[in-house]
Amino acid sequence: MKEAGVKAWLPSLLRLALVVLLIAFVTNPGWFEPLLKPLTESNAPAIYNQGSLLTLTLLHLRTVLIATVAATIVAVALAILVTRPAGVEFLPLSRSLVNIGQTFPPVAVLALAVPAVGFGEKPTLIALFLYGLLPIFENALTGLTTMPANVVEAARGAGMTGWQRLVKVELPLSAPIILGGIRLSVVISLATATIGSTVAARTLGEVIIAGLLSNNLAFVLQGGLIVAALAVLIYDGLSAIERYTARRMGQETA
Amino acid sequence: MTTRFDKLGVIIAAIVAYAAFAAPFATLRANRIVPGEARSILEALPPTLGPLLLAVVVVAAVVALLKTPLALRLAASVVALAALALLIGVAGSFLTPEGNSFARISPASGFWLLIFAFTLLLADGLTRLNLSPSARIGVLVVAAAAIGLLLVSGSWNSLSILKEYANRADSFWAEGSKHVTLALGSLAAAVLVGLPLGILCHRVEKLRAGVLNALNIIQTIPSIALFGLLIAPLGWVATHVPGAASLGIRGIGTAPAFVALFLYSLLPVVANTVVGLAGVPRAANDAARGMGMTERQRLFGVEFPLAFPVILTGIRIVLVQNIGLATIAALIGGGGFGVFVFQGVGQTAMDLVLLGAVPTVAMAFTAAIILDALIEMTSTRRREAQPA
Repeated sequence: MKEAGVKAWLPSLLRLALVVLLIAFVTNPGWFEPLLKPLTESNAPAIYNQGSLLTLTLLHLRTVLIATVAATIVAVALAILVTRPAGVEFLPLSRSLVNIGQTFPPVAVLALAVPAVGFGEKPTLIALFLYGLLPIFENALTGLTTMPANVVEAARGAGMTGWQRLVKVELPLSAPIILGGIRLSVVISLATATIGSTVAARTLGEVIIAGLLSNNLAFVLQGGLIVAALAVLIYDGLSAIERYTARRMGQETA
Repeated sequence: MTTRFDKLGVIIAAIVAYAAFAAPFATLRANRIVPGEARSILEALPPTLGPLLLAVVVVAAVVALLKTPLALRLAASVVALAALALLIGVAGSFLTPEGNSFARISPASGFWLLIFAFTLLLADGLTRLNLSPSARIGVLVVAAAAIGLLLVSGSWNSLSILKEYANRADSFWAEGSKHVTLALGSLAAAVLVGLPLGILCHRVEKLRAGVLNALNIIQTIPSIALFGLLIAPLGWVATHVPGAASLGIRGIGTAPAFVALFLYSLLPVVANTVVGLAGVPRAANDAARGMGMTERQRLFGVEFPLAFPVILTGIRIVLVQNIGLATIAALIGGGGFGVFVFQGVGQTAMDLVLLGAVPTVAMAFTAAIILDALIEMTSTRRREAQPA
C-alpha cells in the first residue's frame, strides 16, 4: 500500500522539483555556475551575461501568451462561424486555408513579416499566431461537429435559441477538446518563439543564439533547457485543466 | 437580394477593390536596399496593358461576387492569376530605366493581395469540385509547369528576386540540393529507425510509454538549441571515432542539422505507427491467425497494410515540418535555403529573403498536397478492401 502511495505521488514530486529548479535557475543562475562551467572554453562566462534570464523568460512567456490568446479567439470564432448554418459554406475552404498556413516555415514567416512590421516582437507574434491557429481550429471544429445529436435535440426541445445552445451547451461540451488544441499550440509556440530572436525579439532564443555565435555550449544548453522545462510544465498543467473540465462535463475521455 | 451575392465573393471583391485601386502594384527602388517608390497598376504598365489588367481583375471580381456557375468562377480565377503573373514581368521591364542595372522592381502589396484574392477563389472552386487525389496531383503538375515555363521564358527576369537569383545561380542550386538532402535524408533515417521502433512499442507495452515520453520531450527542445547542443557530441565523434570525419561527420555543418531533424522526425513516425497498429481490427488479426499465418506474415500481410494510411500521415507531418525546419540549419552552417533567408535579414534585402523563402514554401506545399493525395488513395483502397 505504502509503495503504491509513493508511486502515485512520484510524478507530482518530480514536477514540483522541476518547478523549484526552474525558479531557482532563472532567479539565481549564479548558483548553477559550477555545473555549467565545464561546458565553456577559454574562461568564457558560463551564465548568460547580456541580460537577466528572469526577464527573458517572462518576455518569452508573454510573447507566447499574447499569440496563443489571439490564436484561440480567432480559431474558436472561425470554428463557430463555419459550423453555423450561415457560414457552413466556408467550412471546406477554411479548413484548406488553415492547412496551407501551416506549410509556411516559421523562419520564412518571420523574415517576410519584418519589412511590414519592423524587427522585434511583432514579426514573432505574427508567426506564432499563424502557427497556433491550426491545432486550435481543428480541435474546435472536431468538438463542435461531433456533438451528440440527442444533446443538441434536447437543448432545442427545451426552447433554447441558437445563441443559448452555443453558449450553454455546445461550447462547454467541446471545452476539453478545444483545450487540447490550445495545449498543442502552446507547446509548439514555446519552442518556435526562440526563432524570433533571429529578428531581434527578446525571448530565450537570445541566449541560445548568443551561445551559437560565440561557440558557448553553456548558453545554448541553459536557453534550451529553460524552454524545454517551461514546455513540459505548461503541457502538464494544461492537461490537468483538461482532465478537470472533462470530468465536470461528465466525459471520461481524457 | 441577399441570395444573389456569394458570401466568399463579397470578401474577394472587397480585397480586389482595395488592392487594384488603392494599394501599390509594384515598387521601384534605385538599388537593392533603399526604400522604394510605389507604382499603381496604371503607372506600372504600358498605356494599353494597364487598363486591360484592371478590366480583367474587375470582371473576375464581379464573377466572384455574384452567384455564378462553378466553371465560370474557376475560369475567372485562372485568367486573372495568369494575367497578373504575365503582367508583373511586363511591369518589371517597363519600369526599369533604360540601361540601368541597379534599379530593382518588386511586386508590391497590391499585387500580392490580388494574387491572394484570386487564389482564394481558385482554392474555393477546387475544394467544391471535390477532386480525386490523382486529379489534385494533376492540377499541381499543371500549375508547377506553368510557373516553370514563366521562369524559363525569362519574362520575370527584370524582377528583383530573379536578379538576386542571377547573382547566385550556382549557390542557389547547391543550397537547394542540401535543403532537399537534409529534409528527405532525415525523413528516410527516421522511417528506417522509427518503423521498427513503433512495431516494437506496439508489441511490448512496457516500452511504449517510456519511448513515447522520451520522444515527446525531444520535441519540446527548441530547434535552434537542439542544433547547437549536437555540435559538441558530433565534434567529439569526428575527432575520436576513426573514419567518422571521412564520412562527413563534423561538429558544425550538415551533420548536427541532420541528426536534429532526425530526432524531431522520430515522434510522429513512432507515434503514428503505434496508433496505426493499435487500430487494426481484432477480427482481421483473428482471421489471419485462423488461416494459419505466422507472426511475420501477419505483420507484413495484414497489420502493416491496414495501418499504412495512419503511418503515412505521420510521414506527411514529418516531411512538411522538416522542409521548414531545414531553413534553421543555416544558423549552424548546415546550408539549405535558410542561408538566403538569414543573409537577407542581415542585409535587410527582402528579395534575398524571398529567394530563400519562396522555394521552401513551394516545396512544403507540394509535399503536403502529394502526401495528402497518397494518404487518401491508400485509405480508400483500404476501405474498399474491407467493407464494413
